[in-house]
Amino acid sequence: MSHTFTLDGRTIPFAEGQTIMQAASAAGVFIPHLCYHPEFKPHGSCKLCTVKVNGRQTASCTMRAAPGMNVESDTEEINGERRALTQMLFVEGNHFCPSCEKSGNCQLQATAYHLGMMSPHYDHFFPNRAVDASHPEVLLDFNRCILCSLCVRASRDVDGKNVFGLSGRGIATRLIVNAKSGQLADTDFTLADKAAQVCPVGVILRKRRGFAVPIGERSYDKAPISAGAETTEGR
Amino acid sequence: MSATRKLKVATTSLAGCFGCHMSFLDIDERLFTLLEHIEFDRSPLTDIKHCSEDCDIGIIEGGLCNAENVHVLREFRKNCKTLIAIGACAINGGLPAQRNHLPLTTILEEVYHTSPGLANGMIPNDPELPLPLNQVHPIHEVVKIDYFIPGCPPSGDAIWKVLTDLIAGREPELGHGLMHYD
Repeated sequence: MSHTFTLDGRTIPFAEGQTIMQAASAAGVFIPHLCYHPEFKPHGSCKLCTVKVNGRQTASCTMRAAPGMNVESDTEEINGERRALTQMLFVEGNHFCPSCEKSGNCQLQATAYHLGMMSPHYDHFFPNRAVDASHPEVLLDFNRCILCSLCVRASRDVDGKNVFGLSGRGIATRLIVNAKSGQLADTDFTLADKAAQVCPVGVILRKRRGFAVPIGERSYDKAPISAGAETTEGR
Repeated sequence: MSATRKLKVATTSLAGCFGCHMSFLDIDERLFTLLEHIEFDRSPLTDIKHCSEDCDIGIIEGGLCNAENVHVLREFRKNCKTLIAIGACAINGGLPAQRNHLPLTTILEEVYHTSPGLANGMIPNDPELPLPLNQVHPIHEVVKIDYFIPGCPPSGDAIWKVLTDLIAGREPELGHGLMHYD
């Protein structure tokens, strides 16, 4: 059990079977991520957690740690690429932070702060996406979806309901609701579902409690995401 | 900070609400310190109508919602060595850009023809009025922007930090607390 690898010059211990992300988290080292969640099987799709292992890029949430690995994460080059990925996520959706209930508790926003994203850089798509307000307790605002699939995994693997799915391919990929009507009200989704708790952005929102926490007291007002602040407020 | 020559600073609000300008005034008494290093050129604060050719810093609030916004932005880019986008609207279109998924015709029809309470409404077509763009655009989609101060609005402290960094010849940097998108 004395396995170690090197992460940005630091020696990180790991147990057999742990990924680089799991070992780094356990050692208190922050690697930016959006689709990774410690309670779920990794999806490896957002690529924010990309690191260089012995000079080659790989997703740290899916790559198993191995003895003697040399892992680079917090470098100008990799953070630059992470910033570019984040900017693409911002321009592909409609992310208007000032009017979003999740602002201040949003992992996408906090990650962008962490990466020093001063502008979206690219041209905006301004996609036309409908919201789903059919459910009595929960609003779905697809404008903010980053396709992390956490709600898909939570609903399928924990709730056993399969309420959400990713449909389409490539740039046409979108989050859909598994009902004939496509409406959340026509599923057995409830506020108590795990899937209602895991959205890192402002897609799955509890109705009638927006902006409950004042600016200055929200999770990422108090501490940056790299400090391991948990986002539980406002969900 | 250099005392050799005062930097010429021009400011404008395009498709914005002047909230960023109000936030600029929120630097309060530090305005006096700032005025030891800068002088205002074209700005709502001076009412000068066009930029001098040798402006050092241009500060743009708001995105582009009509043709005049684009002309003003290009005048700023032509005459300012450094251009700063200030606030959410300049950076991603902000609130005005939330009309972008609707066809312009639909919006004009609703505002001037079909809204309740309108009698004999007509869509304004005076040649003096700038034509609206089909969509609202952030300003970096039209000209090169050198620096960005995000926020809705950015705090007076964030604006102060960027301006004092620039005046001192430092690369502006907003740390935790000053950097926010809302």
